[in-house]
Amino acid sequence: MAELSIRERAAGDVTILDMDGRITIGEGSVALRSAVRRMLEEGKKKILLNLAGVGYIDSSGIGELVSSYTAINKEGGQLKLLSLTQKLQDLLTITKLLTVFDAYDEEAEALSNFK
Amino acid sequence: MTDQATRLVLPSHIEAVADAAAAAAEFARTCGIGDDAAFGIDMAVREAITNAIVHGNKEDDTKQVELSLSCGQRAVEIQVKDEGEGFDPGSVPDPTSPENILKTSGRGNFLIRTFMDEVEWSSPSEGGTTVRMVKRF
Repeated sequence: MAELSIRERAAGDVTILDMDGRITIGEGSVALRSAVRRMLEEGKKKILLNLAGVGYIDSSGIGELVSSYTAINKEGGQLKLLSLTQKLQDLLTITKLLTVFDAYDEEAEALSNFK
Repeated sequence: MTDQATRLVLPSHIEAVADAAAAAAEFARTCGIGDDAAFGIDMAVREAITNAIVHGNKEDDTKQVELSLSCGQRAVEIQVKDEGEGFDPGSVPDPTSPENILKTSGRGNFLIRTFMDEVEWSSPSEGGTTVRMVKRF
């Protein structure tokens, strides 16, 4: 089984990536990077990462979230996070990245905040 | 402090990281540590082993990483040793400062310090870096 599985769905002009597994050094981080790069290549620039199924992330995975955020912003797009697990929320708080990312508990609320 | 101890020698492949972290957390549980503290140990060991493999040994197949675990009644002590060229922890800037917040790397040692009660790095003259970490419970 893959370390991180990513399923894509659309809600209007927003692409939602439902993620399940771990975003850690190696396979998990690479899977996230590949998915986001592919979205950008396809012109999908409004991306909502649903992290409800991600129970573990390391510094490499955190770095990949930052890299995704930067890459999407550079293309004029927006990245938002949905349904952080408690551990992930704690890690993003400790690293002060919750001051950078837009994170939501409810999908409808997240979608309504895309411009 | 040693009531139990074990030692693992790991190849310099990132595939070894997850197994080493899980082994350390499991060892800590056998010492009587709780789940939250075991999670912190998993995270800290994961970062320390990653540093040793990627930055220390530079994923060189001829080099190994040594993970030593020991515990007493109220603490788990962990050492991770690589065969790299040495490391100055002061050389890593604060990843939470505004100028570094969007950097894609440099958070590993910060997480180690966050999750462990004592952390110290040493780079002996014969080479390599050892990070010693203690988690009390």
